[in-house]
Amino acid sequence: MIPVTYYVALSAILFTIGALGVLVRRNPLVIFMSIELMLNAANLAFVVFTRLYNVVAGQIFVFFVMTVAAAEVAVGLALIVTIFRTKHSIDIDAMNSLKG
Amino acid sequence: MTVELITFIILAIIAIAAALGMLLSRSAVYSALFLVLNFAAVAVFYILLNAPFIALVQVSVYAGAIMVLFLFVIMLLGTETLPASKVLPWQRPLAIFLAVILFGESVYLLFVRTVASGNVPEPVQDFGTPQAVGQALFSSYMLPFEITSVLLLIAMVGAIVLTIREKGERKQ
Repeated sequence: MIPVTYYVALSAILFTIGALGVLVRRNPLVIFMSIELMLNAANLAFVVFTRLYNVVAGQIFVFFVMTVAAAEVAVGLALIVTIFRTKHSIDIDAMNSLKG
Repeated sequence: MTVELITFIILAIIAIAAALGMLLSRSAVYSALFLVLNFAAVAVFYILLNAPFIALVQVSVYAGAIMVLFLFVIMLLGTETLPASKVLPWQRPLAIFLAVILFGESVYLLFVRTVASGNVPEPVQDFGTPQAVGQALFSSYMLPFEITSVLLLIAMVGAIVLTIREKGERKQ
């Protein structure tokens, strides 16, 4: 059988790559994708510990995380489209004023 | 080396390579497609961990609906690539430094202060089947499940309100 540590290490690596993506990239769409990657890494850890302790609650929690991610993506992409309409650019460095 | 371990290593390499591809590719379309590959690899992990319901939700909701939404917006805006800018030249080294610190912290927690160890145990009978997940979802977690529907409704209304053009607004 596979040690739990391997799964958690994979989850940590994916989370770190996601955090690096949020810090490095300037395209807000890619930043959003990195946030999805971090949520995904957390979900993987949830499922592994669900299996380790034989309780189904972790899978329910993953379900809720996915729902919240879907809602977040819908609103976030709508915000990006609106910002593109007013600024004609989605460079994250151009978004430096609260009142466009 | 058992078959399970070899499968795990191959899938882990695919997942990490896809995540790095998402991080490093210049075009946002390629980033989205790499992320779909990563989600698919993680879905196979879920199947290996006896979570078939979560795996299918992962493929249909994440890799299906959410990433199609991403690709749609990328192509709608036509901003696959951004020109290079020199606004924050120290941003990249600092970001890599912070990521290394984050990874070091997680490795420290994992290997120095081991909380959970041991192998993944054999599943008990009927563990993680869609029936078991549904039973828990509709009995113990009924109220959060209903609140989820309200959350999705709010997100839908919010997205429509944000993107709709008002009547007097000038055409661009």
